[in-house]
Amino acid sequence: MIDVISSLLIVSGLGFYLAGSVGLLRLPDLYSRLHALTKADNLGLGLLTAGLILQAQDLFIAIKLTLIWLAVLAASAASAHLIAQHARRRETRT
Amino acid sequence: MSELLSVAAVGLMLALFLGLLRVVRGPDAGDRMLAAQLIGTAGVGVLLVLGLLLKQTALIDVALVLALLAAVAAAAFTGKQCETGND
Amino acid sequence: MNTTAVLVFDILLVLSLLSLAVATLATRDAHRSVILFMAFGLVLALAWGRLMAPDVALAEAAIGAGLSGALLLAAVREQPRQTLTADTNAVHSGNDAGLKVILQSVATLLCVGLAATLSWALAHALQSAPSNALAQAVQENLATSGVSNPVTAVLLNFRAYDTLLELAVLLTAILGIFALGPARPGYRSAGPVFDSLAHWLVPVLILTAGYLLWVGAQAPGGAFQAGAILAAAGVVLQLSGQRTLGLPQERTLHIVIAAGVGMFLLVGLSLLFLGRPFLGYPPAWASALILLIETAAMLAIAATLALAFLGGRPQSPRLNATGEKPAALSTGTLRAAMHPVRSGTDADTNSGYRNSSNEQKQ
Repeated sequence: MIDVISSLLIVSGLGFYLAGSVGLLRLPDLYSRLHALTKADNLGLGLLTAGLILQAQDLFIAIKLTLIWLAVLAASAASAHLIAQHARRRETRT
Repeated sequence: MSELLSVAAVGLMLALFLGLLRVVRGPDAGDRMLAAQLIGTAGVGVLLVLGLLLKQTALIDVALVLALLAAVAAAAFTGKQCETGND
Repeated sequence: MNTTAVLVFDILLVLSLLSLAVATLATRDAHRSVILFMAFGLVLALAWGRLMAPDVALAEAAIGAGLSGALLLAAVREQPRQTLTADTNAVHSGNDAGLKVILQSVATLLCVGLAATLSWALAHALQSAPSNALAQAVQENLATSGVSNPVTAVLLNFRAYDTLLELAVLLTAILGIFALGPARPGYRSAGPVFDSLAHWLVPVLILTAGYLLWVGAQAPGGAFQAGAILAAAGVVLQLSGQRTLGLPQERTLHIVIAAGVGMFLLVGLSLLFLGRPFLGYPPAWASALILLIETAAMLAIAATLALAFLGGRPQSPRLNATGEKPAALSTGTLRAAMHPVRSGTDADTNSGYRNSSNEQKQ
């Protein structure tokens, strides 16, 4: 039963990752590509981590996995903002 | 379950590979940087899955380090220097 | 484990590595090749993880993906934006054409020779039967080494002398960095979002460094990885406008830098003095001595990498008249300052800036 749930979570996380990559390739603009990127970062990794936590052997690993997801969440939010800001600044300067 | 994990690893690697195309192509430096972020996050996913698949819990530590250092790389990309006026 | 899935995974991994390597070398723009090189470091860390070498993967993720990228980006930023081939064409032109051809052919021959030698060595190694002699020897002696991670045992106990020499090389690198002169000007504060990132990223990096240092005795980790992560924390500090990267000043900095080699020598010579071989730890003390040496090494490595990012000898900021640190000065307020800045900074601090005409003297 746990295996089924975690399989579902992992597969849906994988789906978001692939959606993010395809969006990165197909969308026309840097800003729209950032949208696609953050979906992969937040939901893709989040669902994947949730599925892996159910498979984890002990609590310490589960906590580590959660912390990794939280770190990526915060870091990718800030990175996306910084990259967009950097691009915007270069646009308005030239 | 390990079957699914193997397939998940392949899927994540595929996502990474697609991100590579953007890194190589992307007309702007910002495009390349955000593709590098995707490669980093896909790499974190791959390492987590591999860690559980190969029973190597140290790979989870590697995933943590990769996640943090990808943030450092993005920060380094967008920092503005004081006097030179570049970027 | 599904073997076809593993095969596809490996093929994708190798394809990614090769295409990134080719793209990094083939591009003409320095800025672009640096970002490609960072991505290459990321994927290479994955490759090390796949090959079940977590210690190397940790080091590659910390140094190859993060720090090398930051260092190279900072270096590339200093150059005016021009393509690499245009640069070299401008230098080697005219009557240097003959010399250029000779140099190119010699370099090509050397590279081909090196590639041929490596291929021969690889073929030779693949033909002979795999031998576990080294791994077995390490496993047999692991109990007396004081740690349970074989990599740390080899680095800090069985082959401690090699590590001592590596740290001496790092010390020499710092002397070279110091010889470059004052550090390059600092970074402007990049806004509230960056500050909020730095607010949690720096403490988490420091914690991770401490964790890796501690866990290096039983699991993959150790002084080098921890030092690189600590240096990354310093890089983030520098990027957010803090000029000194959290490095200690002057004399303390020199002590920290010298402590890597110094602690090794201290332990080794003390053991020699006590009648044991140089760096031959008594098994009862081994784990404590290894931890001591690793801590000193971590600080020295972090200082080296942080100074490499700084790009020169750090300028010691003086506290200004109101007791505030002049870190705020480096955030670009010098240019915008319409009112006299009441700072205790003197010419020593300001020599770090190329444009010193804005400085307000007290």
